[in-house]
Amino acid sequence: MAAVAILQDGPSKSAHRTGRRWRDSDEATGLALISPTLLYALALLFLPVLIVIAYSFWTQDYLTIDHTFTLENYRIALTEPIYRDLLARSLVIALVVSLVTVVFSYPVAWFISFHGGVHKNLWLFLITVPCWTSYLLRVMSWKVILGYQGVLNTGLMSTGIIETPITSLLYNSNAVVITLVHSWAAFAILPIFVSLEKIDRSLIEAAHDLGDNKVMSFLRVTLPLSLPGVISAFLIVMIPTVGDYVTPKLVGGKDGVMIATAIQAQFGKAANWPLGAALSVTTMVVVSAMAGLVVLALKLFVRWIR
Amino acid sequence: MSPPLTGAKFTGGRHGIRKSRWLPIYVTVYLGFLYLPILLLPIFSFNNAASTTFPLAGFTTKWYAALWGNGAMLDAARNSLFVGLCVAILSTGHAICAARAITRYRFRGQRAATGLIMAPLFLPEIIVAVSLLMIVLQIGIELSLATVILGQTVFCLPYAMSVLISGFEGFDRSLEEASMDLGETALGTFRRVTLPVVAPAIVSSLLVSFTISLDEFILAFFLSGTEPTLPVYIWGQLRFAAKLPSVLALGSLMLVLSILLITIAEFLRRRSQRRIQGRLANG
Repeated sequence: MAAVAILQDGPSKSAHRTGRRWRDSDEATGLALISPTLLYALALLFLPVLIVIAYSFWTQDYLTIDHTFTLENYRIALTEPIYRDLLARSLVIALVVSLVTVVFSYPVAWFISFHGGVHKNLWLFLITVPCWTSYLLRVMSWKVILGYQGVLNTGLMSTGIIETPITSLLYNSNAVVITLVHSWAAFAILPIFVSLEKIDRSLIEAAHDLGDNKVMSFLRVTLPLSLPGVISAFLIVMIPTVGDYVTPKLVGGKDGVMIATAIQAQFGKAANWPLGAALSVTTMVVVSAMAGLVVLALKLFVRWIR
Repeated sequence: MSPPLTGAKFTGGRHGIRKSRWLPIYVTVYLGFLYLPILLLPIFSFNNAASTTFPLAGFTTKWYAALWGNGAMLDAARNSLFVGLCVAILSTGHAICAARAITRYRFRGQRAATGLIMAPLFLPEIIVAVSLLMIVLQIGIELSLATVILGQTVFCLPYAMSVLISGFEGFDRSLEEASMDLGETALGTFRRVTLPVVAPAIVSSLLVSFTISLDEFILAFFLSGTEPTLPVYIWGQLRFAAKLPSVLALGSLMLVLSILLITIAEFLRRRSQRRIQGRLANG
């Protein structure tokens, strides 16, 4: 889980210029060392994405692909009610999930950073452990918890709090949101924690000394300074969430279906790769745009509040 | 009792940051929320009933016993073990080179290269899976465990990289320079000076990659062809309500294994950081 920390800190740079030939220089050695990994990522990440983009402009003609350039797939992806609605729902769910995750995780990150004492690492480890276990199993577990004959219903009934099972727990978008918030909790806490750690504590003390109360010093000092972490948390939760496949399938029911199910169908039963590719590209572009807007909104909000 | 208006007291007086008394309660509840799903699976895996309802119906180990006679499950477990080992070695090997390049050298395009390798962290997994599926079928490679290994390695690289970068960072370069000055070759220096210091980080990266591969579902689901890994096998079983208890037993074993591996990995990563910091302090 150190990933997030590194993404924020950036790699440490070591400038070491010598007058030797380029072949022996740091630049050449560095490039030579990274090239196997880089080629691997180019071949199995960058190139495949390019192919997806190319396919999205082609057409499926029964078993062959018509390579004539067309925007028809994008027209279908954006205007056909089924895909348009799935995309809209996926975006709303991703937005809600990232918002809820960040809001609920912030106090935990704050607690660990300001009151974790000598046990900060232990706290972080405790938070991240559930995140390392199988995602599929955790979603399955939520299905067991929220089901009609599930843990929550039967538990509440055996304690006499409710008489009949609550039917609205599973198979809707709320179940999807709960499950996704649970899945991404650690991914939100870590970047926020990292940015809180960087705050010079004397700034907060100064705010207190200058007469700001707790809320004001939080809004005017802590929150703005931790904004980079909040933004990272938003992005790292929102973008992957929009394409989630397992959660809607297992706990979403009919009302919780998201775009990934439609994408998967194009590569399975429907066998329409170009449309599947166009749906993938559309999802990525739209979620990136939404992420950009959220970042902008956060920045404006913090500026306004200060 | 009325809550006091100030509602706060000074703790950790060093920084003078006020601590609300509600915050520890909130954090405890939050941890409960995080751990609830992964504690329930083991509880119900020992429950003597085919359904997951309260009150519990008594203790049994029969669901675990049934796993041993399940040939399809054992095949999937073998597949997962094989894939996990290959992915761990491949992604850690790649990440050692890349993390070393990033922490030790400076070159043009460093940021772009790092960004590309780290990109799977910021992409919806289904898009990575779909794009890999397209390129694999385009080239004409049959789906097999090998394609799962290729795909999961891309996915594990960011995690292996972060473990190794934090392990390599702060490594005292004068040790290596001294070794080179004393006549060791670059390879010999790496083997006899660098490697002993960063070894815990490397083992940690292997364990993290193995765990991710063991639990990874989407890529395996798209790329595995006819040989399922454990998560793909479980996915197939979820359609049958009667199979749920044995899935819970299998899932519990996987949870325990994941937590065990990650705990060892964290311990090693911590130790490698201490080791480097110790050398810095002494050197």
